[in-house]
Amino acid sequence: MPNFFTDNEDLKFHFNRFDLREILEIQEDSYTQKNDFDFAPENYEDAMINLEKTLELIGDISGNKIAERAASVDEEGAHFKDGVVTYAKGTIQNLKELAQADLTGMILPRKYGGLNAPITIYMAAAEIMARADGGLTNIFGLQDIADMIKKYGTEEQKAKYIPKFSTGEHTGAMALTEPDAGSDLQACKLRASQDENGQWRLNGMKRFITNGNGNVHLVLSRTEAGTKDGRGLSMLACYNDDTVVVRRIENKLGIHGSPTCELQYNNTPAELIGNRRFGLIKYTIDLMFRARLGVAAQALGISQAAYEEALKYSKEREQFGKTIYEIPAVKNILLDIRVLLETGRSVLYDTAKLVDLKEKLEGKLEELKAAGESTKEIGDRLKELTKVANLLTPILKYITTEAANKITYDAIQIHGGTGYMKEFPVERFARDARITNIYEGTSQLQIVAAIGGVINDILKDDFDKKAAKTYSGGLERLNGFLKEIREIFYESLKYVVDRKDSVFQEVAAKDLVELYSYIYTGYLVLEEAEELPRKKFIANRYIVTSLANAKKNAESIKNELFSDLLHANEILI
Amino acid sequence: MYNSIVMVKQVPDTANISGKVMKEDGTVNRAKLPAIFNHEDKEALELALQVKQKYGGTVSVITMGPPRASDMLKECFYMGADKAYLISDRKFAGSDTLATSYVLSEAIKYVGKFDFVFAGRQAIDGDTAQVGPQTAEKLNFSQVTYVEEIEYIENNIARIKRKIDGGQEIVDAQLPVLLTCIKSTTEPRPFSAKKIMKYKNAKTLLDLEKMANDNSLLYLDELVIEYKDKNLYIETLSTSDLSDIDETRIGLHGSPTKVHKVESVVLSGGDATKIEPTTEGIGALIDELLNDHILG
Repeated sequence: MPNFFTDNEDLKFHFNRFDLREILEIQEDSYTQKNDFDFAPENYEDAMINLEKTLELIGDISGNKIAERAASVDEEGAHFKDGVVTYAKGTIQNLKELAQADLTGMILPRKYGGLNAPITIYMAAAEIMARADGGLTNIFGLQDIADMIKKYGTEEQKAKYIPKFSTGEHTGAMALTEPDAGSDLQACKLRASQDENGQWRLNGMKRFITNGNGNVHLVLSRTEAGTKDGRGLSMLACYNDDTVVVRRIENKLGIHGSPTCELQYNNTPAELIGNRRFGLIKYTIDLMFRARLGVAAQALGISQAAYEEALKYSKEREQFGKTIYEIPAVKNILLDIRVLLETGRSVLYDTAKLVDLKEKLEGKLEELKAAGESTKEIGDRLKELTKVANLLTPILKYITTEAANKITYDAIQIHGGTGYMKEFPVERFARDARITNIYEGTSQLQIVAAIGGVINDILKDDFDKKAAKTYSGGLERLNGFLKEIREIFYESLKYVVDRKDSVFQEVAAKDLVELYSYIYTGYLVLEEAEELPRKKFIANRYIVTSLANAKKNAESIKNELFSDLLHANEILI
Repeated sequence: MYNSIVMVKQVPDTANISGKVMKEDGTVNRAKLPAIFNHEDKEALELALQVKQKYGGTVSVITMGPPRASDMLKECFYMGADKAYLISDRKFAGSDTLATSYVLSEAIKYVGKFDFVFAGRQAIDGDTAQVGPQTAEKLNFSQVTYVEEIEYIENNIARIKRKIDGGQEIVDAQLPVLLTCIKSTTEPRPFSAKKIMKYKNAKTLLDLEKMANDNSLLYLDELVIEYKDKNLYIETLSTSDLSDIDETRIGLHGSPTKVHKVESVVLSGGDATKIEPTTEGIGALIDELLNDHILG
């Protein structure tokens, strides 16, 4: 009877230190929803009990049901026949149970049948579920489509689209990518135009659409004929009716439970969500940021699964008269995996809480605006929060998804030849993890998204404050190492800026972002180590390793190898 | 519209039996084992909930057990039960299947009229599979055992698929009927998060008594009213509520079954014996099997 929440000490550690007071106060309308909904909480403590029980439920379903079906879902995959997409049998049962458990509307308002859970808890749910089945998390996470409509749609649109997500009757799809608009979404061509009755109609293609068979699509469309950039794009919602043709589904390396579709819209009736021309610059950015958070949670869940398998196998497998767990080189790999896992989790929940608060304040700002009240205070806070969220989200996605690839790779390594075989689940984890550092923006694009904040050193005050603190229990030494990493960072940054060479800057960005992430993550784990003695080992191993890595990053910035770019054509024959 | 009541039981997690959990009188010391929802009773509840979903009506659950059985009754709410009854009294202690089915049948008659009584085939602690059929007899209901599925209900007749050796049997049963259920094709539904949030603080009379005893500012009658108002009261019945009950038929006294001894038998393979295909060889084998009481 494994419960993927209650058996995860580290996740429970984070849950118990979540301070969601401000977030829940806004989310729960100062706990007044009790009058209308008998399952709404009475106060903060009651809300936290509800959320804990919700995670226990997800942990139970994930550990006992979803995980049991994951291998068959992977083996069977989604089907495509005569234009119709059908999920694998296990996926159908999973989705049915998630609906019965009220989890398909986890973050949606109670008014529309949802549970009204905060994003931080939603991310914990995604992590738990991904440990059982990486691909399922995608379909679960597409309740974000309904959440977008909640944020930007009209009252009428909300009442029309959201309730069926809550009941599980509908799933969603986010239709952004096109054959010629992948990382560069500004190039989107799918046309939206109004017919003689003013009805919007969609015409064109979308590709690589996760769950493109879903019932409600948010489609990034060119509403402004003749434009070529992002400012001519709007977001439209439509039903997946007869005018939407699934042309094919992709045959993928991993996440087989999650169908990836090529779609053709043929005069599909649609309606505008929010304002025209804001499709890319506001709504897609918003959707993508949230999705990046979700992918990080997914990557972490897969990493947890791989770690569990690797640890278990190492303790069972005997070679040379002892378990391989007792072989120092093997144990050392496990230690590295564990540190990557726990530090990734620290960054996930720190970022999730920040994004959560940011979104709650955005909602409050709109309310104040509507009531004609002053928004100055919240506006100022939001500006600051947004800046930090825009830095941390790509850093989070970059480090957790790269870590997931490393962890699943090492988990196979610990299994040896056995891990290469389909009988053991680690090869599936490696295949499922492989997409996480590609979709919702590749790692390279996360670097691009983060580098501005890194160059502007926007966490400076935060770092200064943390560096000035005195850490007890022998942790001061680690603070010293983090200060040293900061010096290395500033030195490297100055070196890059002084070169005034944009090509060099682009190549060096990866090292700079990594350097910055060591400092940020390092202080997170240092604080945790003050709360929980066991975390000292994690903090020590992370920070000591990071110092060594920082020296390597600095060296790779200064080693002039970037000049090879000038000779690339001679080298890359 | 059909009203159902499901007989459920909290059982010791026999998969995790360890140490000295048997009492001298041969009964199980339940307090020493983790308690879980008997699996086949959960299947029974699922079937009852499906009847409600398809045809309307209500689903009640009833259990005879110690105070901590309220945890399982809450789980019934989490799955979708409308009403729960705990029958609890020290006088019931030591009841065998005969006494238990007597109490359950009396309690079911007391709480209402039902079209269906559902039960699991058997509980994993006793494995007798007797309580369901005995209850049906005492209620004077028809009964179908080993039920996998209810195909449909029409004109007060339920068409039921039951498992038999080597296949399935389809039977029609006149309502009211008692069904004992085994693992069906539809897995028991997961808990609903909303119902967990709603019913997490539900209490039995015994829970409320404890609250009142532990805190001199709380009064039992006020607590009962409060919890009834909030729809969080689990109906609790004892012998004093079931006034017609014959006390000589309950508890250890009302139970003719006596457990002589329970032991843990570990089956293990021993050395292989070669038996010659001769009259002597086969004769020796038969004698050995007779001596071990495997034959005869």
